[in-house]
Amino acid sequence: MDKEYVGFAALPNQLHRKSVKKGFDFTLMVAGESGLGKSTLINSLFLTNLYEDRQIPEASARLTQTLTIERRGVEIEEGGIKVKLTVVDTPGFGDSISDCRHSPHTPSWLPVVRFIEEQFEQYLRDESGLNRKNIQDSRVHCCLYFISPFGRGLRPLDVAFLRAVHEKVNIIPVIGKADALMPKETQALKQKIREQLKEEEINIYQFPECDSDEDEDFKRQDAEMKESIPFAVVGSCEVVRDGGPRPVRGRHYSWGTVEVENPHHCDFLNLRRMLVQTHLQDLKEVTHDLLYEGYRARCLQSLARPGARDRASRSKLSRQSATEIPLPMLPLADTEKLIREKDEELRRMQEMLEKMQAQMQLSQAQGEQSDAL
Amino acid sequence: MSKGLPETRTDAAMSELVPEPRPKPAVPMKPVGINPNLLGYIGIDTIIEQMRKKTMKTGFDFNIMVVGQSGLGKSTLVNTLFKSQVSRKASSWNREEKIPKTVEIKAIGHVIEEGGVKMKLTVIDTPGFGDQINNERCWEPIEKYINEQYEKFLKEEVNIARKKRIPDTRVHCCLYFISPTGHSLRPLDLEFMKHLSKVVNIIPVIAKADTMTLEEKSEFKQRVRKELEVNGIEFYPQKEFDEDLEDKTENDKIRQESMPFAVVGSDKEYQVNGKRVLGRKTPWGIIEVENLNHCEFALLRDFVIRTHLQDLKEVTHNIHYETYRAKRLNDNGGLPPGEGLLGTVLPPVPATPCPTAE
Repeated sequence: MDKEYVGFAALPNQLHRKSVKKGFDFTLMVAGESGLGKSTLINSLFLTNLYEDRQIPEASARLTQTLTIERRGVEIEEGGIKVKLTVVDTPGFGDSISDCRHSPHTPSWLPVVRFIEEQFEQYLRDESGLNRKNIQDSRVHCCLYFISPFGRGLRPLDVAFLRAVHEKVNIIPVIGKADALMPKETQALKQKIREQLKEEEINIYQFPECDSDEDEDFKRQDAEMKESIPFAVVGSCEVVRDGGPRPVRGRHYSWGTVEVENPHHCDFLNLRRMLVQTHLQDLKEVTHDLLYEGYRARCLQSLARPGARDRASRSKLSRQSATEIPLPMLPLADTEKLIREKDEELRRMQEMLEKMQAQMQLSQAQGEQSDAL
Repeated sequence: MSKGLPETRTDAAMSELVPEPRPKPAVPMKPVGINPNLLGYIGIDTIIEQMRKKTMKTGFDFNIMVVGQSGLGKSTLVNTLFKSQVSRKASSWNREEKIPKTVEIKAIGHVIEEGGVKMKLTVIDTPGFGDQINNERCWEPIEKYINEQYEKFLKEEVNIARKKRIPDTRVHCCLYFISPTGHSLRPLDLEFMKHLSKVVNIIPVIAKADTMTLEEKSEFKQRVRKELEVNGIEFYPQKEFDEDLEDKTENDKIRQESMPFAVVGSDKEYQVNGKRVLGRKTPWGIIEVENLNHCEFALLRDFVIRTHLQDLKEVTHNIHYETYRAKRLNDNGGLPPGEGLLGTVLPPVPATPCPTAE
């Protein structure tokens, strides 16, 4: 037996086996105006029929409807690996005629932002709780944002929404119904969108650099894929037999057939490869390590903030402000005991902070006195 | 246009503002047969030729407005319709162009000529419509513009010394561009058409229709027609203004089957089967704008220009303008609007005015 060989090179395999047993869960949000082919694309990507029961409301109904959040779950199994996919929809997005009428701070898409934050919050509570064995991760790992191919780039609504969520979720911008565009138009639109994203300082999901030891082909492919963002996609679940060499998934027009999986026709393959085949895990990690941690830090910092305020605003501090907890109350399915325990924990923290405040006030007041003297 | 004797209108009827059907002659004409024994030819039928000559000399005005979200191909379509650069495309990929914060009205006039006939075409663009986050009442500037043109015409008409030919800036036709979502109309589409269909001739078109398959197109059209009907929106040609049975059957077919026209516009030409055609070239095929198997552009063009152009103007003048005029006179207590008509006080216009001759 080789003395040099310890054997922990087998670790990745062990991890792999464990993960396969555990299964993966992934939450994907799709957002954008209605009629951009979102549902068709999801069905195409995951080869499911998630939207069978969907009712498309009439225009007059949409006049009064507010934005809702819908969740649909599907279990996909492939090669022994199980994925529990949750797709979050936002029907009603962009329907309102008079958005922001009463106040620019209550746009119609606020429920979407709140939803994303609520998932973080839920995770924060679970993580801080006593029983952490079976934490359900319902955080949104990725948001596919659909941009209209009929516009001239991002619309004011797109910009406003993306700015509201870009620090909270991984955004992958996508141009829907891309078969409306000729190749030159697609390039120009992509260029315009990239410029606008940069101008408006919107952070989309950055596909990580590939390792330096990958071969040239792979690197080139990777660079090409990155160049094609935002992905111009066409979705279809219909198979067209138009006399070609083999039946293809596509859309049949009188002037030709758009093939969904043809890289010269659209970026569907690129999107599928990057989203599902190579970066699913990275999306989850970025959500956890970057976005969630950012949320958590902001949350806990605002709890600790009263002690760090300056003299001028100290008058505002009172029992009232100290008891404000940035975590809004959610009706939890957890047991009462868990809730009570958490409450006690928070109360203890508050008491500690108040003591610290009082001490600081005292020491500063003493300092003032000594100064005056 | 034949001038029949008007039906007497009471004040109550006027205040109802229901546009009247064209008045039928109170005294029917006795049909006179042509005496077959009379040899010779009178030559009355040359009146058509005389009218044609006059029209060619004077030319005529046509004002078309385009409304819809930015990027739906409005300017391209108008240029394709009139086969000339009558509308400057707002999009030029290398130029910086900002979406205007409020709806602007931009009217650009061109004189185009064909077969000796001169047309002064004015294209009225409405950039900014439906592009904001808050689009509340974004149709108001458009409604205001349309009414202002009616007002201008009215002021001219009421003058003592009238111009021989009052310049006509009234909007004869409003092309409303529907986004090809394939689902249903957007709430904004409904609101716009509800407010404006009583004021101007609206022709809804489905823009950029090369993104829908045949089934999707027909389903979408059906839905749109149904939604418009359910909401009481009458687009041009309106049912109530069909003059006779012939009109009715022709228009019924258009209303119930063809409209809204699903169009594609283009200003680029490609070689197809040895011919140069206007189209869009994609990796999966070339979409020919004038090919009826591909889209309904040719139907729209024939409808607006080749068959119903004059009718669009007539309905604007006899119905929409008259409605406006009646309302204005009614509001003013039967007096013509405004003062300063050569500084004199005019005798009040009688409460039951005759319909103005064309």
